[in-house]
Amino acid sequence: MKEYYILTAKDFYDGLREDKIFGLRCKECGQITCPPLPTCQWCGSKDLEKTELSGMGEILTFTLIDVSPEGFEPHYIICMVKLDEGPTIMGRLDYDAEKATVKNERSQELIGMKVKASHVVLPADVYSGGEKIVPLFKAL
Amino acid sequence: MRDVAIIGTGQTRFGRWDKSNTELFCDAALEAMEEANVDQKDIEALYAGAVFPTFEEGQCNIGGHLVESLHLGNIPATRFEGACCSATIAIRDAYMWVASGFYDIVLAGGTERALLMGTSLATKTFAMAGDCKYEGNAGITFPGMFAMAARRYSKIYDIPLDKLREKMAHVSIKNHKHGALNPLAQFYQKMGNLKVEDVINSRMICDPLTLMDCCPFSDGGAAAIIASADIARRYTDEPIYILGAGQGSAGHLGAQEDMTKPASRVFSSRSAFKQAGLGPKDIDIMEIHDCFTSAEIIASEAIGFFDWGKGADAVEEGQTDIGGRPVVNPDGGLMGKGHPIGATGAAQVHTIAEEMKGRAPKGNQVDPVPEIGMTDTLGGGFNTLAHLILGRSRR
Repeated sequence: MKEYYILTAKDFYDGLREDKIFGLRCKECGQITCPPLPTCQWCGSKDLEKTELSGMGEILTFTLIDVSPEGFEPHYIICMVKLDEGPTIMGRLDYDAEKATVKNERSQELIGMKVKASHVVLPADVYSGGEKIVPLFKAL
Repeated sequence: MRDVAIIGTGQTRFGRWDKSNTELFCDAALEAMEEANVDQKDIEALYAGAVFPTFEEGQCNIGGHLVESLHLGNIPATRFEGACCSATIAIRDAYMWVASGFYDIVLAGGTERALLMGTSLATKTFAMAGDCKYEGNAGITFPGMFAMAARRYSKIYDIPLDKLREKMAHVSIKNHKHGALNPLAQFYQKMGNLKVEDVINSRMICDPLTLMDCCPFSDGGAAAIIASADIARRYTDEPIYILGAGQGSAGHLGAQEDMTKPASRVFSSRSAFKQAGLGPKDIDIMEIHDCFTSAEIIASEAIGFFDWGKGADAVEEGQTDIGGRPVVNPDGGLMGKGHPIGATGAAQVHTIAEEMKGRAPKGNQVDPVPEIGMTDTLGGGFNTLAHLILGRSRR
């Protein structure tokens, strides 16, 4: 049977291990899908090709996690980053935690900050099906 | 499609229980069946919301055990799982099967024992409602998602974050005020007189959301008996009619255009309004999924009660308190009443039905008795949304 995924989660993770963000370019609308799906997240087309993204983007929003899920150690910053190529992905932010709290009057200024992706490897847990490879964004 | 009514509802007290998920569901179901005066042999199917019975007590495939416990024969029983929206999608499906004529009477509801998991595992399992590879693995939590939504809201509408936190605190103040007066609430007789400072200065969970910006983990069950409107009056003098129902879906947060304007909620609520032939202005009373203070504000805008960016002002000004319109969460909402996630949607329906019968607790009851009510239930990061519009009168 035909496999419809041109880029799987494993492929995406393998790219992240080398600090590469892979996405899919739509041959119909030209827009970028990331993280991978079997269809274009913008127009629904299945006519996609794998492409390496710049890893550059800007922070849309973020939070400092003080109460973490089982298997995660607080405190860490989660952020949403709008990549230069269009799509938005979630990741960690490598930044001074104190500056990302409401105690810092200027914390909201992190929104819009330009960042570039690397990665962090988090250990597997019972449910994760292997190591967790997470985009780690750093200020430019 | 034929008209459908709710002929009985039931809800356990929410909070900590030493009863199993099956026991909590059946306590609520038997109360609903007694109110509806239905015989066990009248019920043709059972739909149950239950999100984490496997993690909580090692129970999957709960349906048959519910049917056996209630002595319903060998009728089909199906578990519905849409995270915190599970009971509402169970009731919506019960509604559709009855509306289609396939069944005349269906028992629908939900159950959960989230407190059994403890905070660490509960936080982990709740986060499983997001995309496991691209959200859960990063270590996001649900308060974290709504903390990010609050910062985004502050940015988009240019409301300084400290000002927004004060406005958000009024959601917690209002809902705890109502919850403290609700004998079925987890925080009954507790925290009924919160101040803005109490919310803002409580323990930080996911910056900028504090503990008092968050609903609790809870145990509890709730249920409703869904019947064809043609036979409803054989069972009750006070049928509550389902005038419209909607459901919507979305994927990971990054693929959603704007987390402060959740498209799945707009889609679901508009579907319900369209079917009912009603709009936001027609709603007297509203149960909103206030899992977090920022969540209630975002929902109140997406459903259409307030313009984008104005929901925070509306709650601060008391527009959604009892005496305002629409009244939002007069029973305490998830924040004051509790949030046993598999049961929450059915408990919202229970509250609307009690309000419409004039039987809500003192301090929760809306006067005059509401004619049109609505429930809003959210699962995950806007991944599953469902709405029900209920009325005292048939269309």
